[in-house]
Amino acid sequence: MRSARRGTVITGLALLGLTGVYIRALVYTPMERLQGLAQKIFYVHAPAAWAALLAFAVTGLFSLLYLITRDRKFDLVASSSAEVGVAFSLVMLTTGPLWGKPVWGTWWTWDARLTSTLFIFLLFVGYLVLRGAFNDFEIRARFSAVLGVMALVLVPFIHVTVYWFRTLHPEPVLLKPDRPSLPGVMLTTLLISIGVFTALYVGFMMQRHALTVLRDIRDEETVDANA
Amino acid sequence: MGSYETLRVALAIAAKDLLVEQRTKTAFFSSLVFAILVLTILYFARDATAVSDLDLAPGALWVTFTFAGMLGLNRAFLLERENRAVDGLRLSPATPTGIFLGKVLGNLVFVGVVELVSLPLFILFYDVPIWRQLGLLLLVIFLATTGFVAVGTLFSAIVVRTRFSEVMLPVLLLPFLFPPIVAAVQLTRRIVALRPFDELTGWLSMLAAFVVIFFFLSLLLFEAILEE
Repeated sequence: MRSARRGTVITGLALLGLTGVYIRALVYTPMERLQGLAQKIFYVHAPAAWAALLAFAVTGLFSLLYLITRDRKFDLVASSSAEVGVAFSLVMLTTGPLWGKPVWGTWWTWDARLTSTLFIFLLFVGYLVLRGAFNDFEIRARFSAVLGVMALVLVPFIHVTVYWFRTLHPEPVLLKPDRPSLPGVMLTTLLISIGVFTALYVGFMMQRHALTVLRDIRDEETVDANA
Repeated sequence: MGSYETLRVALAIAAKDLLVEQRTKTAFFSSLVFAILVLTILYFARDATAVSDLDLAPGALWVTFTFAGMLGLNRAFLLERENRAVDGLRLSPATPTGIFLGKVLGNLVFVGVVELVSLPLFILFYDVPIWRQLGLLLLVIFLATTGFVAVGTLFSAIVVRTRFSEVMLPVLLLPFLFPPIVAAVQLTRRIVALRPFDELTGWLSMLAAFVVIFFFLSLLLFEAILEE
């Protein structure tokens, strides 16, 4: 499986990059004046959130592509991406409280971004649970694609809902209408880390996808043997 | 098949489902008793000296409606699973659109009646001064219930094919109910507190947008669920 090997190489390089991000964040990036050492977790937390959202967007879009074309390979990408996304969300959801306790004084708060990411996480766990409930490939692909498309449309609604409810999360420092408000050195560290996490996502995806393809072939052979 | 025919099919399917329900009334009475139980338990699930009846009421109402409604939703396609009745539906000239609209209509009547019967009890139990604003509250109930039933009908058609459909439905459905229910609670809170209409428009338009978008999305995607 060539794509699996390439995925392993990319993952390996990305993990090396992650070590680099740690070193750069801890040694070469200045300490934040108010948050102190706790702020360092930001260089892992925000990129993990980015990778998770990227993964879920891919799941939603490939679900839509599957429903339009009914091409198996889109379903395999959608499901692999959902699984990788759940892993990244777990990183995001565990690093967040670790930072929140010293800085906000609480592990968890029902803030807009926390709540919407928690819901996105639960949605995709539901997506994976639903996939597990079907044996037939075609039904599994079709039904989970319907859920994937529904989820894609739901996410903006969840975000507006919790945002109107109230928000406490730090305002965006990178993606906002005017220029990023993060000092240059910190911004570079963050951007490097986002690059590294994107590479990690690609590496994980390629391996997971190769595995899914293999599993798919095995399932087919089992069905053929039983027939 | 023209739109008139589709409508006729939808009405026929809704009438069939409601007739089956009317003959036994099991699902209706269990949903209703369940709703009353939830309203009662929620009343006692707080410190009465710290949280007033009116502060608790909007949340209690919507938690009750959600849970009671979900009990009813599973029924719509479980009916069709018995004796593989769904194959008969598929073989009939009914279009997926007609089937979906019929199921939504049947569910809407079912959930709507449960809600309308438990609403006076809610007003009584929580002593809500609602009479002057009742029309507005009914509008919110209608909108939120329509959104809830549209998505719920689509998902109940999905989960009926799994082994643990009773557990699977809430797991898939509740994230989708989060926006309409939060909007409905916020709206109910303001309506009960007799706030001016200006304070309702934001949540009301969000709720309406949710209902319209998810109704048509569910209708569109239902075709992919039904095909064999």
